[in-house]
Amino acid sequence: MTRKARDLAVLFATLMLFWLLLGGGFAADSLLVGALAALLIALLFHDGLSFFTELRPTPRALAAGVFYYGYFFRELLRSNLRMAAIVLSPALPISPGIVRVRTRLKSRMGRLMLANSITLTPGTLTVEIDGEWLYVHCVTLEPGDTEAATAAIATGFERYLEVMYG
Amino acid sequence: MTALLDLLGAALLAAGSAFLMFGALGLLRMPDIYNRLQAGTKATTLGTLLVLAGAACLRPEWWPKLLLIGLFLLFTNPLSSQVLARAAHRTGAPRSPLTRIDQLEERGGGGS
Repeated sequence: MTRKARDLAVLFATLMLFWLLLGGGFAADSLLVGALAALLIALLFHDGLSFFTELRPTPRALAAGVFYYGYFFRELLRSNLRMAAIVLSPALPISPGIVRVRTRLKSRMGRLMLANSITLTPGTLTVEIDGEWLYVHCVTLEPGDTEAATAAIATGFERYLEVMYG
Repeated sequence: MTALLDLLGAALLAAGSAFLMFGALGLLRMPDIYNRLQAGTKATTLGTLLVLAGAACLRPEWWPKLLLIGLFLLFTNPLSSQVLARAAHRTGAPRSPLTRIDQLEERGGGGS
């Protein structure tokens, strides 16, 4: 199967899944309408990214996905608690800055997920992606933070995303 | 069982609302657009997800739609913040004087 056909099939399946979750039901007419709409959208946007685009269909990638979401939600909770502590403190202790971080992920979806994950984790916000460089805004940048230290922003997620998307 | 679910749902709704409130407070208190986005994005994502989870506890039959809303939120929320931040940087939005370093500006040049 060519890559285009595979992307198309993946997008079609994703859209059908959404249709069913949205309560289309399993009646023949509803399935037909859903299939037609999904096919049309898949044909128009086969080049776009969706939830399962470029996800490797191996058990190892799926396991990494589960761990990824576990790690992600823990980081999301931590980032919210940290942000709450900052905005609630009268002194507003911030020392922001934009640093660049290199990613070793190659796939489009992997980089997108990494940028999104960084945005939702403690004190960091992706501002720009330029090839393998991510430009990340940090709320509290320690003085003397070196490139090696800021690289840690990405590695936590890269561990999983590398296996999932490459 | 239902009473327990109701209790859990109420607790999740309350926690979600609290995080949303912290997010609003962050929008008010932070000095520039980047820090405001930071406070806003994280709080609205977790806050809304908790509210959705609470709603799923109170109305279990709604779970497929709530799950979909949560998924869309998880993908679109950080993406829109990132686009806002990028647009702000490209148009030269003012930065807080507290800003220590801006390696994106040092790079110079246009977009990717």
